Amino acid sequence: MLLRVEDLHKRYGKEEVLRGVSFSLEKGETKVIIGPSGTGKSTLLRCINRLTEPDRGRVFLEDVEITSPRVNINKIRAQIGFVFQDFNLFTHLTALDNVRLGLMRVKGLSKKEATERAMRELARVGLADKAKAYPAELSGGQQQRVSIARALAMDPKLILFDEPTSALDPELIGEVLSVMVELAQSGMTMLVVTHEMGFARSVADEIIFMEKGVIVEQGPPEQLFKSPKHPRTVEFLRRITELYGGEK
Amino acid sequence: MNLVFRWAWLPRLAQGLALTLELTGLSMALGAAFGIVLALVRVYAKGPLMPLYGLASAYVHFFRGTPLLVQLMALYYGLPTLGVAMSPFTASLLALTLNTAAYQAEYFRGAIQSVKSGQMLAARALGLTRLQAIRYVVLPQALRLVIPPWSNELVYMMKGSAVVYLVGVLELMGQAKNIAAREFRNFEVYIVVALFYLALVFLFTVILRFVENRTRIPGLGVPGRP
Repeated sequence: MLLRVEDLHKRYGKEEVLRGVSFSLEKGETKVIIGPSGTGKSTLLRCINRLTEPDRGRVFLEDVEITSPRVNINKIRAQIGFVFQDFNLFTHLTALDNVRLGLMRVKGLSKKEATERAMRELARVGLADKAKAYPAELSGGQQQRVSIARALAMDPKLILFDEPTSALDPELIGEVLSVMVELAQSGMTMLVVTHEMGFARSVADEIIFMEKGVIVEQGPPEQLFKSPKHPRTVEFLRRITELYGGEK
Repeated sequence: MNLVFRWAWLPRLAQGLALTLELTGLSMALGAAFGIVLALVRVYAKGPLMPLYGLASAYVHFFRGTPLLVQLMALYYGLPTLGVAMSPFTASLLALTLNTAAYQAEYFRGAIQSVKSGQMLAARALGLTRLQAIRYVVLPQALRLVIPPWSNELVYMMKGSAVVYLVGVLELMGQAKNIAAREFRNFEVYIVVALFYLALVFLFTVILRFVENRTRIPGLGVPGRP
């Protein structure tokens, strides 16, 4: 078991965003979390690497309890990639320096080693020729690919994707998804929050449907998309289909 | 009217100019260092560091809320009553530094808070510590954003430093006052001194504009310029 989440709770003021979420992830698995907006999907991801502190519940990475106050969370975060909806590339750094920063300052690699590694990851997402470009000089799709390279360079045990294509123009979504598909096929462990049902269907080992802070239903894509059990899942899938069209 | 200018004034005025530059340069640099610390405390202090937040805020409010001249007088004439005596230059440098630090703290705070919160999040997600994230991600961006208000503060302090002639520091204003009193050429001397100040402001503006352009992040538009 690579990741185990036990009974996570998170409350913002009066609103309880997570109301007891539990699931687990095996090494090499890709799980996709779907559900209406405002149901705590992003909060869940951020609680997993404690960018947001959960109020209650536990998270284990392999055998280490991440949520223990004794753990050095910076060491843990270096092992968990995070890809944001709006990329969050460091605006004052080139693509290369974005990827190099963690390698040099967190992993302590020399500049030479970090450069080699960073260039390899940029090449992997097809952007070796943009190494010297600043984020503002790149398209949204390119920025997101750089941010995936930045996460990959750290040799993470898993990568969390928080709606990685939601801020992209439609014609740029494909390039990011194809990088993610390759990653999943190469055996990377991934937890993806997305509305891209085509991606979910073709890549996910399991779909998790969340609503109002709880997991309503989970299962293999075949089963969850074709014969959802819970009426809330049926309703959500019907609305998504209306919005994005049928089979993709 | 018969205006008289004398070359003989220039060496004294040049000495005064050098002292004005020294006072301005030192107080701005020390004020920047102190101001950045104050700003970081005001933005990031939490938990056990909260008392520091209170101290920093009180400091900023006090030194922004009282006239520079009062601060200078209190330091130079007031402190000796408590047994702390300083030379006019030291008292002046201290007053200017303490004063500009409070203003610069506010400019730095504004700049730090203008850096998008996602930048800090992404840095922490990589495993950088809070201090590393500030050092490598937030500050480099904030320092770029602070250049325009900081230029203002520099110009303001350079002119404001003229008040220290009141405790007997012979910077540009002090020298001018002496020459004018000795030669009864108030109008001419002060015109020359005004031109000195004007030239300095121009020089500083050009230098900082250059720095701003050199550090501009490629691809980001210039506000107000299409």
